[in-house]
Amino acid sequence: MLLLTCPHCGIAAEETEFNPGGEAHLKRHGPGASDEDFEGYLFLRHNVKGPVLERWRHSYGCGKWFLAARDSVTLQVYGTYPASLAHPSDEVGDSVRAAHPNWRTQI
Amino acid sequence: MSRPSAPPPGPFRLASGGRLIDRAYSTGFRFNRRHLRGFKGDTLASALLGSGVALVGRSFKYHRPRGILASGVEEPNALLGLGQGGRFEPNQRATTTALMPGMVTESQNAWPSLDSDVGAINAPLWRFFPAGFYYKTFIHPRAAWLNVFEPVIRRAAGLGRAPKQADPDRYEQAYGFAETVVVGGGIAGLSAARDAAREGGRVLVLEQTPHWGGRTPVDHAGGEARVGALLDELRGMENVTLRRNTQATGLYDHGYLLARESLADHDPKADLPRQRLWRIRAGRVIVATGAHERPIAFAGNDVPGVMLASAVRDYIVNWAVAPGRRIAVVTSNDDAYRTALAALDAGLEVAAVIDARPVADGRLPQAVRARGVEVLTGTGIAGVRGGKLISGVDLCAQDGAGKVTGRLDCDCVAMSGGWSPVVHLWSHCGGRLLWDEPGGFFRPEPSRPPTGPDGAPNVAVVGAADGDLAVAALTGAEVEAPSAQVWLMPAQATRKARFKMWLDYQNDVKVSDVVVAAQEGFVSVEHAKRYTTLGMATDQGKTSNVNGLAVLSEALAQPVAATGTTTFRPPYTPLTFGAIAAEAKGAIFQPLRRTPMHAWHEARGAAWEPVGLWRRPYTYPQGGETHTDAINREILAVRGGVGMLDASTLGKILVTGPDAGRFLDMVYTGMMSSLPVGKCRYGLMCNDNGFLIDDGVVVRLAEDQWLCHTTTGGAERIHGHMEDWLQCEWFDWKVYTANLTEQYAQIAVVGPKARDLLEALGGMDVSAEALPFMTFADGELGGHPVRLYRISFSGELSFELATPAGRGLALWEALMAAGKPFGVTPYGTEAMHVLRAEKGFIMIGDETDGTVIPQDLNLHWAISKKKADFIGKRAQERSFMASPDRWRLVGLESLDGRMLPDGVYAVAEGVNANGQRNVQGRVTSTYASPTLGRPIAMGLVAHGPERMGEILEFPVKGADSVRARIVDPVFYDKEGTRANG
Ligand SMILES: [Zn+2]
Repeated sequence: MLLLTCPHCGIAAEETEFNPGGEAHLKRHGPGASDEDFEGYLFLRHNVKGPVLERWRHSYGCGKWFLAARDSVTLQVYGTYPASLAHPSDEVGDSVRAAHPNWRTQI
Repeated sequence: MSRPSAPPPGPFRLASGGRLIDRAYSTGFRFNRRHLRGFKGDTLASALLGSGVALVGRSFKYHRPRGILASGVEEPNALLGLGQGGRFEPNQRATTTALMPGMVTESQNAWPSLDSDVGAINAPLWRFFPAGFYYKTFIHPRAAWLNVFEPVIRRAAGLGRAPKQADPDRYEQAYGFAETVVVGGGIAGLSAARDAAREGGRVLVLEQTPHWGGRTPVDHAGGEARVGALLDELRGMENVTLRRNTQATGLYDHGYLLARESLADHDPKADLPRQRLWRIRAGRVIVATGAHERPIAFAGNDVPGVMLASAVRDYIVNWAVAPGRRIAVVTSNDDAYRTALAALDAGLEVAAVIDARPVADGRLPQAVRARGVEVLTGTGIAGVRGGKLISGVDLCAQDGAGKVTGRLDCDCVAMSGGWSPVVHLWSHCGGRLLWDEPGGFFRPEPSRPPTGPDGAPNVAVVGAADGDLAVAALTGAEVEAPSAQVWLMPAQATRKARFKMWLDYQNDVKVSDVVVAAQEGFVSVEHAKRYTTLGMATDQGKTSNVNGLAVLSEALAQPVAATGTTTFRPPYTPLTFGAIAAEAKGAIFQPLRRTPMHAWHEARGAAWEPVGLWRRPYTYPQGGETHTDAINREILAVRGGVGMLDASTLGKILVTGPDAGRFLDMVYTGMMSSLPVGKCRYGLMCNDNGFLIDDGVVVRLAEDQWLCHTTTGGAERIHGHMEDWLQCEWFDWKVYTANLTEQYAQIAVVGPKARDLLEALGGMDVSAEALPFMTFADGELGGHPVRLYRISFSGELSFELATPAGRGLALWEALMAAGKPFGVTPYGTEAMHVLRAEKGFIMIGDETDGTVIPQDLNLHWAISKKKADFIGKRAQERSFMASPDRWRLVGLESLDGRMLPDGVYAVAEGVNANGQRNVQGRVTSTYASPTLGRPIAMGLVAHGPERMGEILEFPVKGADSVRARIVDPVFYDKEGTRANG
């Protein structure tokens, strides 16, 4: 069971206090989007072995959504940051690159 | 406990010794109806052995007689049924169960009795049930499976029997936190705990048995004193907690450790919870779980009396029990000689030490020789004499094929094939293992440890668990030569002999089975394991894994390192369902949500319907009414007069802020920003997949305020959905949401006399002119503050009254009193369902199932064509969503007056690729309508609305198909005049 720290209220809590929300930084495609773009938005996920950026909600705490950089192999949590950021913060990015020097976001 | 004047020691109890028993307390217990006695401090296993019971059970597949093999958690054979009634438990390990006064125990897998088991008569037959038997029979013709194999397997399969009554014991759970958790209270664990405690931080030490010290007090001179000194030091440290009787069962992500503490196992009089499940967060875990001794694969190694060498000396030293009077030791290492010495010290006879190695001249073998015991090097066991108890062994050359060179009479064989570190916890959450070739075991690969949330290693392994079997630095022992790798005895054993060499005692897997698996191509260790079921029993192969892997490797002619090992998974030992559930059962299994009027409903004898965590009145039966009668009465009362429904459970989400209208236009398919203040509008919500997820009435309270009603089960989910979009997509929009569901009680007053009732209460103008359909007003009715909505889910003249939750019951009672002259009738959820179905109104969860779009339900009118975007709009433009072939909502009218069963399918011409009839629709709602005096149904049908009047055929199980006509889903008041009242 993971330990995650909510960047909004600062609380480190058990996984059961959160709800997962899948891959982060998806670009929403609405009316007018091509079938290809829409399919990508709705169905296609990176699902990599290694660092992933994902959505979590502090459901049984402050109720806020946030994003986490987490390793899908080692389960290391590189950091968490508010859902309003378009990219991981520099601090989180540095933490990922400390373990994976060539890592780049796939946003 | 009693204090009899002369406790009978049992025929195999030694006259003196026994460091763990208290001879002052003799304890009676029953085994298969025999009355036996043991001492306080005994385990069930030591008490049975002390009483001379060698045969304790029958094996799973062949019903072979089985005796006690081990002295700890690794025991595969001695699984007993324990207790009576609700406290009965199957598969309890005798070796880890403390003897309690009056304990009632029984052997398993034997009928009619342990001594004359019918299953064993079939044993020759079972020879034909080789490795992969289950897989092979599944492939055979179906008839053979049904008529031949299944009945045989059903009679024989299963281990133990399940209890039939509820468990009367209490269980509890607790949370624990420590910077360091040490698992294992042997000398390595205690020493590591002391070192950790000196560094600072909380240290928690968990020991699975009631005793500290592990093997050290039995195996090493002065061991008890060394352990005692460590314990004294630890007990004096404030940051150390020592917890015995606590089994760490699983290590999970980020240092989450589960442990079961036995508080009052099998002691119902203790007035304590029976077990406590610890949910521990450990900064780091130090694994000091020791090692398990391995059996040797020789023919007949499962005959009662053949035991692990370490167990034999444990019974002698710890419990003063003689596993036999004349013991033969068979070994591949020096350690087993300790057993010969312990037996001699206890005055028992040692027939010989049979050592597979060509030379044995270490300190321990020399010490045994010096005591006059013959050491037969280069020798193995060719076979075992005896059935229910060993009477002797045939000897052979270890490097030969098994030609008998001599025999030894004995009533116990103490065997040792070396030791395997207990690496389970290390492996549970990702720690890798390496094959230690000189040692002949798997041990933790130090460079590939489990890691914590920060990516740093969070598990360390010490002592025997790390492959340091003698823990010489702490025990003072001399380092011994590693065990020889003796995987078969003799090395060139015949095919016939391999049929009698057991690897996995509990699942009856033999050397021959593993060889067959290899020959049939199961070269992957994970496949071979599943094919043979090696290591898949309740003991998870603690004594069999490494032996099995070695035999597999030999059959594949590759080193063990190349074969690798299977994955260790939690739990290390079985957990009780009681401990997993703990207090979360019965009334407090989950929270119960009650409306403000709950007590009123309860007092009226309401039958309840669970909806999410809510309880809603299903119907209010009166006198001897059946539910059906009560529901029909309630429906007719609403249609003919006035009824009242507790609608408090409807979700109520306030959405406010400068961008609230814009936001709701995205969330709903319809236009909500244009809704005038004071008005109500029905809305549909979809996800971005286009599928309908919720519906309800939206109310514009003020210029920047909307109140969104959701379905009863949907409030939290829909609030979360809104917050997801607000926080993650449109986080710069100025919108605030609040889930006010529990802040308001809501009452529906429904029927042609609804207005009369409200007027009788007085205080607000509720005329059609002042309060038209789909509007609301704030005010007071009979002195109660209300928000009065004119909305209808029944097709009748209808008002919904919201009031602060604390005043809900008072308002309800006032309405009931004012409604008395009108015959006001409280009605429940089932009447509500029928009323809505008679009107063709959809219900989320009935007409929708996560694959239905609003267009399927002919709800185009609730989808705005003006809006550029809303959640789900793009998806609904996909070709499959826009297809004219989608199943769409219609009414269904049974031709012969039978009700259509819920969920049945309408068949079409032809068959699909699987040979099943093609289908063209299904029933989504079906009810008996008392209003119409006939059954009604709704369903989704291909091209449905274009096929009015067509007849569909619905096959039903065990009866003729129901034929039904496609009709308009609005069955009642098609013009919709009644709601306008
Ligand atoms: Zn939070």
